[in-house]
Amino acid sequence: MSSESVEDYLRAIHSYNEKGELAKNTDLAKQLNVSPPSVTQMLQRLADEGLVEYTPYKGAMLTGKGMAHAQRIVRKHRLLERFLHDVLGMGKNKVHNEAGMLEHGLSDEAAAALCQTLKNPETCPDDSSPLPPCPLDVESCEECPEARKDRPFKLLTELANLKPGEEGVVAFVRGGTKACQRLLDMGLTRGTKVKVINAAPFFGPIEVEVRETVLALGRGLAHHVFVEFENGLEGMKDGASRGRHQRHGRRQWQR
Amino acid sequence: MATLEGRPLRIALAGNANVGKSVIFNELTGLHQHVGNWPGKTVERAEGTLSFRGYTIDVVDLPGIYSLSTYSIEELVSREYIAVEHPDVLVNVVDASALERNLFFTLQLMELEPRMLIALNQIDMAEKKGVEIDVGALSEMLGMPVVPTVAVKGVGIQELMDQVIEVIESDGGRARPPTYGPEIEERVLELVKAVENVDTPYPRRWVAVKLLEGDSEIEGIVYDHDPSLRDKVEAISREMEEIHGHDTPSVLASERYALASRMALEASTIVTPGRSWGSRFDEVTSHPVLGYLFMAASILAIFFSIFSLGDYITGLLDIAFGALNEAYVGVFGLGVVVTFVWDGIIDGMLGGFGIALPYIVPFYIVLSVLEDSGYLARIAFLMDSVMHRIGLHGKGFIPLMLGFGCNVPACLGCRIMETERERLICAFVASLVPCAARSIVIMGLVADYVGFPWAMLLYLIDFILIFLLGRLAFKAVPGEPMGLIMEMPPYRVPSVKVTAQRTWFRVKDFVYEAFPIIVVGNMVIILASMVGLLGVVERAMSPIMDLWLGLPTATGVVLIFGVLRKELTLILLASLMGTTNFADILSPIQMFVFAFVVMIYIPCIATIAVLVKEFGYKRAAIITASEIALAIVLGGIIYRILMVVGFG
Repeated sequence: MSSESVEDYLRAIHSYNEKGELAKNTDLAKQLNVSPPSVTQMLQRLADEGLVEYTPYKGAMLTGKGMAHAQRIVRKHRLLERFLHDVLGMGKNKVHNEAGMLEHGLSDEAAAALCQTLKNPETCPDDSSPLPPCPLDVESCEECPEARKDRPFKLLTELANLKPGEEGVVAFVRGGTKACQRLLDMGLTRGTKVKVINAAPFFGPIEVEVRETVLALGRGLAHHVFVEFENGLEGMKDGASRGRHQRHGRRQWQR
Repeated sequence: MATLEGRPLRIALAGNANVGKSVIFNELTGLHQHVGNWPGKTVERAEGTLSFRGYTIDVVDLPGIYSLSTYSIEELVSREYIAVEHPDVLVNVVDASALERNLFFTLQLMELEPRMLIALNQIDMAEKKGVEIDVGALSEMLGMPVVPTVAVKGVGIQELMDQVIEVIESDGGRARPPTYGPEIEERVLELVKAVENVDTPYPRRWVAVKLLEGDSEIEGIVYDHDPSLRDKVEAISREMEEIHGHDTPSVLASERYALASRMALEASTIVTPGRSWGSRFDEVTSHPVLGYLFMAASILAIFFSIFSLGDYITGLLDIAFGALNEAYVGVFGLGVVVTFVWDGIIDGMLGGFGIALPYIVPFYIVLSVLEDSGYLARIAFLMDSVMHRIGLHGKGFIPLMLGFGCNVPACLGCRIMETERERLICAFVASLVPCAARSIVIMGLVADYVGFPWAMLLYLIDFILIFLLGRLAFKAVPGEPMGLIMEMPPYRVPSVKVTAQRTWFRVKDFVYEAFPIIVVGNMVIILASMVGLLGVVERAMSPIMDLWLGLPTATGVVLIFGVLRKELTLILLASLMGTTNFADILSPIQMFVFAFVVMIYIPCIATIAVLVKEFGYKRAAIITASEIALAIVLGGIIYRILMVVGFG
């Protein structure tokens, strides 16, 4: 199965999860235009890879790692939509499909450059869904050109997205508030291994194992902590497409 | 040592929360302690004395904190105390079962360069977790004595004090601040030179480090002295950020944790841990479904037992007080002065006991057990998302829960919130929670005479008000809202001794703080009634009572007395109207409106006393005034709505 179709699946599942719903088999089949049995097969595979939690007859929910992959592709997708709409002047009803084709070929670096050129947009044009957060350890867009040179981009997501049982390594804490300083004080410094052991329902706090102790973190604060996954998925990295497109992408979109 | 004679020694205890610091404090000072507030702060200051080897030693228990930043008032108070008041020895209580995080704080304490030593507490918990700690190695790495203790069992306390005395007598040197990586160290030293002439009570090196961390308080002091330093600090900070690729505060935190982690690793040996009963219990109590069921069941059980016990004790007390009054009248007669002494002074005292004994003591016991066992943290965890809707985080649920029993411990309980802002919002909201006394009125009047669903409606209205006002206060009070960051302590069996001691001190504190105000309040009202002032007030209030709220004029006086204790309103109403059948004197609408007004109109005098103590006269007055206004305005509106819908 190609990485493109994995990305399509993850993006489709994300579209339901971000509304707080499970992605149902039938909905995914309709959205991706494939048969329900092949959806089931794919979800099973994604579950085996640790990217989704799949309950047959109920639906799929991205794991933290799955969310990290999904956010990367959704971000590219929505940036492209913005570009197509704002810069090229395409109609709102057309940008989604167009972006769906382009997203697989867009490198991380080019996506970051595109984001800066578009002045860090917050939402996509067609349904105003928010863009997933910037994956770079920067406090402002000024630091972006330097930061985006590091390749490959880390596979990361917010700590809040991890499911109980999932582990990751703290990449950085974003935001300069006192509470963020407190996160550092409590041991969530860069490179620290964290494991989510429990999550309260209704978007309540999560319990995180860190440095031999357990912390309860409000969901809002847990969104400030970015967690990196050590192993990306084999065959799922956007390696092939990235090499081919990166240089062109940059020349085209960076002023 | 000659220099030590004639003056008491001073030692301070510092450490993270949940490390058994207070237990050590209690072991040391026993009943010779006093709990007050730090001047002008809502932070508890526990002090005590002990005699040891011929010395008189004053012990201060600093608040449990994780860092010396400006995150909470506790942190500010602690660092100021250590730097300004220079205790003879700082005892850093370290949790052996969470060595890494505790050493992170130890390193920060060392930067303040006090004379210090380590009490390595809860070594039994560490062993249970499968960690053995090499005390000698740790002591060598930190350059200070390390004494292993198990405070709840009293193990190691004697040895700890021996070490304290030895450190003082031998005038052991001050702690040496930890050394960072060379590229940080170089810049810290550069800054140390730059701040050489700035006068602060803190060590220069610490000031330099805090400037790099962007500590607002230290920045204020230093830049006031020399504004040109700002550019220098910013330039150095930028350099560091460029080298490390991260902002300076996180670089420094990472460095400290790297040091702490290395020490912890070197000092501990991992043996196989066993799965404790606690972690199994944890799975149930933090479970998304079972956890809530368990919580609801335990809270209900707690309330039921406290209320039934409180009810029973109140009954006994009433009989006892009645007998006491009879005996008093029998001895002194019924003269004006004699009656005033009883009604104005003794009755106020007894009223205080009538709240404290039946409700507050059991509440404090339960609270202490919940705290000690670790279950309180689970409740906060489960309730966080609900509390966020009124702008507070999970810990805020605990004071609100207490409020159902009595608003007094509820307002005191707001101390568990981190910032003054959170404490204030929480206390304001908690003062609106229908306490036991208000429940007596709601049940005795509305449920009995109008119908149970109407009583429930009152509670519902109250909850909606709490929700709306919580949100409003959250928007109106300036400051940064805090999210939940809390250590989840492992489950433990609470110690009877610790619970008994803590309850005793808290009750004592309550008696000292609240009783004078209750007695004076009582006296003022009785005096006013004796000189006929109440009649004047009643006439002055009659437009509001009569025309706006639609209540009988006499209820004005009832409400004034209700400030003392809200359940008095019902008793007084009966005695003023000469009947206990309220259906004869009030229409159902009047009952509903009256109960509503009683529920909201003012915190009782004891609650006001606590609000004054915690937040000062001004804020207590604002809360009181806004609740009075709210009760009057909404009471009138409810009256009119009920009239229109033709209720009753």
